[in-house]
Amino acid sequence: MSATSGRVRVSIVGASGYTGGELLRLLLDHPGAEVLCATSRSLAGQPLHRVHPNLRGRSEMLFTVPEEVPASDAVFLCMPHGEASREIERWLDRARTVIDLSADFRLRDAAVYRAWYEEEHPAPGRLASAVYGLPELHRREMRVGAEPARLISGVGCNATAMNLALLPLARAGLIERAICDIKVGSSEAGAEPSAGSHHPERSGAVRSYAPVGHRHAAEVAQELSGGESGGFPLDVSITSIEMVRGVLCTAHVIPTGRVEMKDLWRAYRGAYSGEPFVRLVAEKSGLHRLPDPKILAGTNYADVGFDIDPRSGRIVALCAIDNLMKGAAGSAVQYMNVAFGLDERAGLGFAGLHPC
Amino acid sequence: MSSPTPVASNQSVTSQTVASQCPECEGAVRFDRPPLAGQVARCTDCGVELEVTATSPLTLALAPEVEEDWGE
Repeated sequence: MSATSGRVRVSIVGASGYTGGELLRLLLDHPGAEVLCATSRSLAGQPLHRVHPNLRGRSEMLFTVPEEVPASDAVFLCMPHGEASREIERWLDRARTVIDLSADFRLRDAAVYRAWYEEEHPAPGRLASAVYGLPELHRREMRVGAEPARLISGVGCNATAMNLALLPLARAGLIERAICDIKVGSSEAGAEPSAGSHHPERSGAVRSYAPVGHRHAAEVAQELSGGESGGFPLDVSITSIEMVRGVLCTAHVIPTGRVEMKDLWRAYRGAYSGEPFVRLVAEKSGLHRLPDPKILAGTNYADVGFDIDPRSGRIVALCAIDNLMKGAAGSAVQYMNVAFGLDERAGLGFAGLHPC
Repeated sequence: MSSPTPVASNQSVTSQTVASQCPECEGAVRFDRPPLAGQVARCTDCGVELEVTATSPLTLALAPEVEEDWGE
């Protein structure tokens, strides 16, 4: 930490994308952090607001190239899939903690990585020690003694919603089988345009883009179900809908036995009481009685809810998040806060907009 | 409309508040002052409307609610 300010000195690599922009928005105003640099090869020398217009007037900083990243307390990697793992030793040499927002270090087993990503992992020796960045599961591993963890992996945005919807039920041993239906906004696809994001194609779409085989299922199985070979069967289907930010996971759970609402309240309270960013939203009446990502845009909250079908006994578990916040940049700042012993809520106090 | 079913409550009293347990979700239901029989409250966790059916001991029951039509 800075000897003069006492702040965590951070650098953001690959800061021109949406998650990089969100990290800048959060960290430029963070009371315990000091942003040293933000890199973008294509925008080096240009101001941040060239691609993050909401930051106009908030910083004089110019984008720089990765080679100019100074020694930092924390380096955030917002790089395309596969790049962080190929360069990980370089970044570990440059920082006390590396927080990687890509999918490169989420899976602990290189064979599972190969099966889902269809390539050999470039740095398999780092997989086992990387902390899976879900504070609700791994907070204690993010700060060991007085030292931050060396490598923390971001969690997939869809995986975050699945993990938080299902975690209390998994802990309570209530899941016989789970099927997650996930609805996502367009910002999940990133800042690079594609045929699929072209406005006439994307606007108004209800596009079933991953009915089976989404990679985030692997990390959820690893964390909640003891891996692919054990625990409960988990299936995932993902649909793009008319929304810019947001994820809603609707998990249909066949329970191991008869369950009542009181059982669910006990399980969810037990898992999340004291969690600063998980809110239980399971009211019996009212417009906002269950989680809705619309009201979470820009916040780090995960709203979690549940209900039971009295006829079939099926549990419906829900989780709504902002994919760029609790699903990416907000969570990453939360890890940084935990890893460096700061107030876990620091820099993450925005309550959202209503209406929005 | 079915009549509310009284549910035994776990009552606790402090100098500031009187608290009981929601019969639906087991969340804490607090009153700023000792409630009167027939008084209606809402559980802040699960949102159900509750009726005070007895005051000694404090007993809460689900109050009948008008159903909403969603997605009809």
